[in-house]
Amino acid sequence: MKQKFNIITSTCVPLPLENVDTDQIIPARFLKATTREGFGENLFRDWRYNADGTPNKNFVLNNPAYSGEILVAGKNFGSGSSREHAAWAIADYGFRVVVSSFFADIHKNNELNNFVLPVVVSESFLKELFDTIAANPKSEVEVNLPAQTITNKTTGRSETFEINAYKKHCLMNGLDDIDYLLSQKSAIETWEKKNK
Amino acid sequence: MKTLFDKIWDAHIIQQIEEGPTQLYIDRLYCHEVTSPQAFDGLRARGLKCFRPERIYCMPDHNTPTHDQDKPIEDPVSRAQVDTLARNAQEFGLNHFGMMSPKNGIIHVVGPERGLTLPGMTIVCGDSHTSTHGAMGAVAFGIGTSEVEMVMASQCILQSRPKTMRITVDGKLGKGVTAKDIALYMMWKISTSGATGYFIEYAGEAIRSLTMEGRLTLCNLSIEMGARGGMIAPDETTFAYIKGREYAPKGEAWDKALAYWKTLKSDDDAVFDKEVHFNAADIQPMITYGTNPGMGMAITDRIPTTDGMSETEKSSFEKSLAYMGFRAGEPLLGKPVDYVFLGACTNGRIEDFRAFAALVKGRRKAAGITAWLVPGSWAVDAQIREEGLDKVLREAGFEIRQPGCSACLAMNDDKIPAGKYAVSTSNRNFEGRQGPGARTLLASPLTAAAAAVTGVITDPRELL
Repeated sequence: MKQKFNIITSTCVPLPLENVDTDQIIPARFLKATTREGFGENLFRDWRYNADGTPNKNFVLNNPAYSGEILVAGKNFGSGSSREHAAWAIADYGFRVVVSSFFADIHKNNELNNFVLPVVVSESFLKELFDTIAANPKSEVEVNLPAQTITNKTTGRSETFEINAYKKHCLMNGLDDIDYLLSQKSAIETWEKKNK
Repeated sequence: MKTLFDKIWDAHIIQQIEEGPTQLYIDRLYCHEVTSPQAFDGLRARGLKCFRPERIYCMPDHNTPTHDQDKPIEDPVSRAQVDTLARNAQEFGLNHFGMMSPKNGIIHVVGPERGLTLPGMTIVCGDSHTSTHGAMGAVAFGIGTSEVEMVMASQCILQSRPKTMRITVDGKLGKGVTAKDIALYMMWKISTSGATGYFIEYAGEAIRSLTMEGRLTLCNLSIEMGARGGMIAPDETTFAYIKGREYAPKGEAWDKALAYWKTLKSDDDAVFDKEVHFNAADIQPMITYGTNPGMGMAITDRIPTTDGMSETEKSSFEKSLAYMGFRAGEPLLGKPVDYVFLGACTNGRIEDFRAFAALVKGRRKAAGITAWLVPGSWAVDAQIREEGLDKVLREAGFEIRQPGCSACLAMNDDKIPAGKYAVSTSNRNFEGRQGPGARTLLASPLTAAAAAVTGVITDPRELL
């Protein structure tokens, strides 16, 4: 899980839909597992498979033309349920970056806590990227965390994206928040005494 | 010049990390069986205990069947998850309200009704509807499992400070218009992402006049506008609700707490990052037609058309209507319904059962309607019986099931079959939310009751 993040250059999987909620990313009936592993096989389950369990040929994950470590989705990605299983499914499937023009708050945190980088781009960058991928599924995108840039290698268009310095440090060094909080034990105890 | 949110948030800051999140102290962590097992595993892997076990309350609710709860759960995977929570709670020394405990129920119903949720608290749970607890004047928000583990390990969370938004609803609500309708109206107007990044405070005459149950319903749905949470300043309604509840402060502690709670309101000169105003008189009984809660309309309206939509908006909209089996521009009144679901952390409280019972009293459940009435907790169930509502409901052809999340997300056996229409008092109409292929129309308990006795989508005002 704790995978250090630096620069990723990859082809993309496009999902040009808005308001993709976490119930679609991983339906509730697959939340019964008590471990973090194996959720990737049910990523986008009800869009990816027909009711009889056969793959839905029209869904992008079943189209061999598209692959890569970057998922590109329409605005308001990850809305709804707080289930971290959605982030586990995305990571387990092999995505390391999700690009959208807008993310729901809880899901965005869940991605970051699983070393998946949510990259917020402008609407026009997103539209151009969808067009680029549609024209050539082999088009590559570079996501550079140290420089906080994303580049559409086909058109050369580049944008900077935001991430706070603390979280960037965590991602680049494979550290998580619990490591940090455990180092703060005495400060917490002091605060508790003062605020009894 | 502080907002209510600022006052509570600031009182819990341990430190502000430079160019990073806030380290915030958490008063109460609630855990259910679905989003906690991996957090407990994480603690074990690191050799950690829970830092403040007395602040953590656990209860199963998502997987619990709504019948025969005294027998083992039939689905072995559901049973394993519920048993895992019980085992973890015991191993880590946490409070646990197990399945047949009289204290069990949906975590967001139980917290307030037991007096565990109090004004001024910071509250988190691995569940987006944790926003519910904000109705008591608390800062409450949903988190992921890694964050649950953080709180278990340190009683703190690292979190960016959200922006603040005040939504004021002036005036009085019309007949047949409930807290649920206010929320569905707001989602329609603001959209499911309109409050993303914000913490909402609800204010104004229409909000003040809501009962505690109504306020819990409204705050519950804050997340459906994308908000981190929603809250209402505590007032006499809040204090009267809390007084005497099992875990609420008593005696001197009550007096001290009450004095503090009375300071919990936004200062007159407080500045919000965003202000939104609505008029209660504009709000009608609402219903959704699509596959996100923002796709709602007044029950007497027609489904919108795609005029003026962008290409991506249009394809999402058309995909949604195709799933629902509806056409753009058509009305919903009179359309046949198959299922009615009363319950969930949104509308599974006593007031919701009173409203449903009042409308169906002296009428009969329509032939062809399957109705699932699921109290939010055993305490709600007991009160239903105490008030004789069970008799009213039984005479109208309805039975009451046992408490839990039930058909809201169908993790137990309560699944709406593919293609069937359900008027549901729950919180989400996402594709497959109530079962693969299920078609959900979100509405208030009154609108659900009107559909249950007529068999079709009906304006509840006609039956009041």
